[in-house]
Amino acid sequence: MNAKKMKEALREALPSVDVVIAYGPGFDPLHAEPCFIKDAGRVDDLILNPLCEHNLAGYLTSQKGRTAVVVKGCDSRTVVQLLQEGLVEREKVHLIGVPCRGVVSAKKVMAAIGHEKVLSAVFEADSLVVTTGSGEKRLPLMEVCPDKCRSCQYPTPLIYDVLVDEPLAADKPPESVYEDVEVLEAASLEERKAYWEKETGRCIRCYACRNACPLCVCQDSCIAETRDPHWMSQKSTVSEKMMFHLIHALHLAGRCTECGECERACPMGIPLAKLKRKINKDLKDLFGYVPGTSPEDRPPLSTFRVDEERIEEHKLP
Amino acid sequence: MKETGYIAKSAWKAFVEGLVARYRVYAPCRDGETVAFRRIQGKEEPCLDRPAAGAPKAALLPQSETLFGFVLKKDPVDPRKTEVELKAEIEEPPTVILCGRPCDARGFTIIDPVFLDADPYYRKRREGTTIITLACPTAYEGCFCTSVGGGPADKAASDVLVTELDQGYYVEPLTDKGREALKDAPLEEGAPHREEAEERQRKAFTRVKKAFPGGKDLKVSPERFESDRFWQEASAKCLSCGACTYLCPTCYCFNITDEQGVDTGERIRSWDACMFSHFTLEASGHNPRAQKWQRLKQRVGHKFVYYPEKYGEAACSGCGRCIRLCPVSVEISGIVAALAAPEEPHTKEAGADREEERATR
Repeated sequence: MNAKKMKEALREALPSVDVVIAYGPGFDPLHAEPCFIKDAGRVDDLILNPLCEHNLAGYLTSQKGRTAVVVKGCDSRTVVQLLQEGLVEREKVHLIGVPCRGVVSAKKVMAAIGHEKVLSAVFEADSLVVTTGSGEKRLPLMEVCPDKCRSCQYPTPLIYDVLVDEPLAADKPPESVYEDVEVLEAASLEERKAYWEKETGRCIRCYACRNACPLCVCQDSCIAETRDPHWMSQKSTVSEKMMFHLIHALHLAGRCTECGECERACPMGIPLAKLKRKINKDLKDLFGYVPGTSPEDRPPLSTFRVDEERIEEHKLP
Repeated sequence: MKETGYIAKSAWKAFVEGLVARYRVYAPCRDGETVAFRRIQGKEEPCLDRPAAGAPKAALLPQSETLFGFVLKKDPVDPRKTEVELKAEIEEPPTVILCGRPCDARGFTIIDPVFLDADPYYRKRREGTTIITLACPTAYEGCFCTSVGGGPADKAASDVLVTELDQGYYVEPLTDKGREALKDAPLEEGAPHREEAEERQRKAFTRVKKAFPGGKDLKVSPERFESDRFWQEASAKCLSCGACTYLCPTCYCFNITDEQGVDTGERIRSWDACMFSHFTLEASGHNPRAQKWQRLKQRVGHKFVYYPEKYGEAACSGCGRCIRLCPVSVEISGIVAALAAPEEPHTKEAGADREEERATR
């Protein structure tokens, strides 16, 4: 990742935009964080490295002015989807594209180092070297990357105004994308139900998954909290929690760009992306559709065809 | 029993089982990649490796609880007449919160003044709960307990303090409730292990980040606190979710709703968060805190300005959960440090007073 070129691109962009959304250093050496800047003097405070795991495209829908935003390949799919749905205007966003071979999941690193306070985190070749009070630990990047990076098909952004490095070709086999979902699919219905009840049972209904989701656009009118209609109670039962996550997943059917923000945001470690990816896999099987890859597409569940090629029951006689 | 005790690691399992037989025990449990508080039963063992994702406050302030149930009864003779039958029960068995951390226990000292007198549900649970705390061996991501008057071996609100050593656990009973919980424990004499335990506690103390000059003496700059721009910048990345408040050992705000079926229902109390837009949405449609910067200001203000004005100390135990588990790393200790007025240097005397007060608590 080329931080120098990104800063040059942002300096050039700044006079024509109201705000830049990029990454800055977080509260400790392991964390990057979303950083909003308005003047060129602060460009040097920004960083760009594999700690920049957040999908910043989610902030676009709440920006009023023209916005420059840094997007990796996966993040660019979100922008495509937002454009497709008319949720952002193309001329109001300036996209700084970053080719990327994978980011680091701070959660996975924290698990690997026993959640100790991080004193330093340095990249060395294909590893991240983390120092804590108990010593130094060398973590291969492929072991601490989010699951999505292991089967990434879009290392180069699909849409951008400036690309700050040479484009990268996908180097992971396409059939690896839904490997984890296939494992779950092999289980019986009862086993899968038990799995999701156990996982979503930990949910504290903080809605971090929803608020972090760049395509969850109902936000303050979410069915999980409204009293009219009163479809969900405020009881903290497994059935209510699971219902919320099923609603979230179904509202994203054919829209989810698999950025994994829901799972990254979840403080209780619920594998929420897997639920959405299962539905995406089904949509791909049924309609041959991959969300967030072309701004001209329409999500299959927003359109209607009398004859559906791949659905037996919908074939005209 | 003696003043302090010691439980060998080989006897720890029996100790936990003994508690489970006598109490309802809430403890941190490993669940996938996460550690979360829940009730343990049988031979389950608590996870002592790291603090749980959420605080154990749910044992006393459940995520949702039934305040009372109601049944609407129609008069069989005149169906226009309806009677409402109410049923409220506060049945709580004796409970132990096992191996929370000192910041978790300290959280209850912040909830107590608000709920203890006013709320029979909380009071009943609080009185029947024994808090057996595990001292922290080190500082974790985001921890800043020493900045708000606590520490990795702070004893506030704990009934027993347990310090892990190489071969066992040094056990300090602090209250009668604590001594009662240890009644049948496989305890050895603690005195020979005291020095080692205290050394570990001291070492852990030095590892915690000093985020800002602390506790009661914190001075927040009124100009900065009232600056809209300050909060707009501080909250730009905030997602306005409830992770920080729901994981917090001291956040206690709640919602009350009627969850009704056809002719029966319940009035429930459930957690609510000042970070949600709905929290202040009024029936008229007006929302006094419609913007997320107003809500972040409220959360920080409640903890470090309004609560201290009323109760004399910060409503924060420095557990660091809201920092390490925030999806976008909103750092409350950094915000408070930025709010603290630099023109008011914190004198050594003030700090010394604070130490003395803690020692006598």
